[in-house]
Amino acid sequence: MLSARNLEVVYDDVVLALRGVSIDVPEDGIVALLGSNGAGKTTLLRALTGLLDIHQGEVAKGRVTLDDQPIHRMSPERVVRHGVRQVLEGRRVFVELNVEENLKVGAHTARSRMADNLERVYALFPVLGDRRAATAGYLSGGEQQMLAIGRAMMSEPRYLLLDEPTLGLAPKMVENIRDVVLEINKGGTAVLLVEQNATMALSIAHHGYVMETGRVVLDKPAAALLNDDDVREFYLGLHPGEDGRKSFRDTKHYRRKKRWSA
Amino acid sequence: MTQFLEVVLRGLGSGSIYALLALGFVIIYKSTGVISFAQPAMMLTGATITSYVGPALGVMLFTGFSFFVSVAVAALLTAVLALVIERGAIRPMVGRPAFVVAIITIGIDIVVRVVTSGFIGLGARNIPNPWGLERVELAGLRVQERHLVSLATLALVVAVLFWFYRYTRHGLAMRAAAFDQEAALTQGVSVGSVFALSWAMAGALAAVAGSLLAISAGVDRQIWIVALVALPAIILGGLDSLEGAVVGGLAVGVVEALVGTYQRDYAPWLGDNFAVVSPYVLMLLVLLAKPYGIFGTPEVRRV
Ligand SMILES: Nc1ncnc2c1ncn2[C@@H]1O[C@H](COP(=O)(O)OP(=O)(O)OP(=O)(O)O)[C@@H](O)[C@H]1O
Ligand SMILES: [Mg+2]
Repeated sequence: MLSARNLEVVYDDVVLALRGVSIDVPEDGIVALLGSNGAGKTTLLRALTGLLDIHQGEVAKGRVTLDDQPIHRMSPERVVRHGVRQVLEGRRVFVELNVEENLKVGAHTARSRMADNLERVYALFPVLGDRRAATAGYLSGGEQQMLAIGRAMMSEPRYLLLDEPTLGLAPKMVENIRDVVLEINKGGTAVLLVEQNATMALSIAHHGYVMETGRVVLDKPAAALLNDDDVREFYLGLHPGEDGRKSFRDTKHYRRKKRWSA
Repeated sequence: MTQFLEVVLRGLGSGSIYALLALGFVIIYKSTGVISFAQPAMMLTGATITSYVGPALGVMLFTGFSFFVSVAVAALLTAVLALVIERGAIRPMVGRPAFVVAIITIGIDIVVRVVTSGFIGLGARNIPNPWGLERVELAGLRVQERHLVSLATLALVVAVLFWFYRYTRHGLAMRAAAFDQEAALTQGVSVGSVFALSWAMAGALAAVAGSLLAISAGVDRQIWIVALVALPAIILGGLDSLEGAVVGGLAVGVVEALVGTYQRDYAPWLGDNFAVVSPYVLMLLVLLAKPYGIFGTPEVRRV
């Protein structure tokens, strides 16, 4: 179990970005984390993987535990070695390296099993196998997202934290990512899925959290969240009782707005 | 024509030394975003260590071989020194503005040079080697052997670096961290080890360069100045480009040799020592055409 308890995070000693957040990601689950821009989703992921430091942030109160061991003071590379991996918002592939080199960097902490893991990742993402010698910067956005996820899978993580993996992707590709997340989870990796696309996230998650201004405001099984009136209104763009077609346009609109503001 | 080619070859020889130094600057710059002005001290110290290790080996071994063994030992020890400096004085400064760190490296450079100079003494310390100022004839060209040794060493270093960056775990990690530090951290790469490794590599390269430089005239307290010629070389090659460092270093060497040979006859009005400033003139000319250097990337990244 990967857990945060009463987590408070401060940036630059003044900005309070998380105000007592508690979440649990069970060993084999898919957990969705929703929330509007600036709610603190990325900050929470950073706290889970030791990345606050380089953003001048720190855990002021509370703790992060992995199987009851505190990990919030660990360096990012040790967190990775403990099997917790984050895929950053915006893909962040190493654009000048080729596809296979990107994957090899992903295997930095697991070189002895690299050959097997390359096979596994190419099986999961056949398009990466076809383009293994291509420069990563020339891949399409969707392919880069697959590369970013594949790269994280190169060390066989127990927990995979995905920060808005479908941002800016075409519906077909969103579906693709959704299937991949399910498959990864089936392979025994727990997933924490940060998403603006609440419909997609809640359709595959077991449990969901909704954050607002640094707090968790809803904490329910995914199915219950899908039926929650507030969630339907704010995150699915549905007004109670409306049909699905309209809502789809609204979420898309919302996603686009998000892309501009990013 | 023969003379011209001989001059070019000579320029490539001294250019190889500039290129090795330039590689050190670029390796540190790429991983840390800082230009380390401690490189001259690393070069001086490396050459000095070679001058102590060489005689200790020299009697027993074929001298060309003992030269390379002593250079390897010096490179290793200089790398260790660089590691200690990085750990002790640079790492605590991570996150400070690049120019603050650069100024700290100037301080380190001075301290290390003063200490090393104490081991050199007032004269020059000889480095045992079979070449000295001997010449060989190569395809009708007469050229000093030491220039060929320098060129061959550079070729070997470039081949090793190519292999290192392309195929090894740490080489790939260094390239990744140079592009995107946070993304590299999420791969389990320790950025601290990347910093340390880049300082160690640069230190080793400076030691090799200093030892090659000392083949002909030995090590004296002033040879560190040569390391500064690598600065125009890295600027004209592109600060963040390893290819640029090699090409820039060789270009500076060749231009310097050509100007040194021909300027007196063709442009005497430029004065007696124009060869010394020619690397900077070359740098300015290149920057006019290519503001980021020949191989440099426009967006300069920082830590
Ligand atoms: N490096 C930083 N320094 C200072 N404040 C920061 C930093 N990063 C984030 N913040 C602040 O912390 C709060 C939470 O930001 P965070 O990026 O975690 O939100 P988010 O939920 O991921 O939003 P988005 O959906 O836009 O990605 C915001 O108010 C933001 O301005
Ligand atoms: Mg975010």
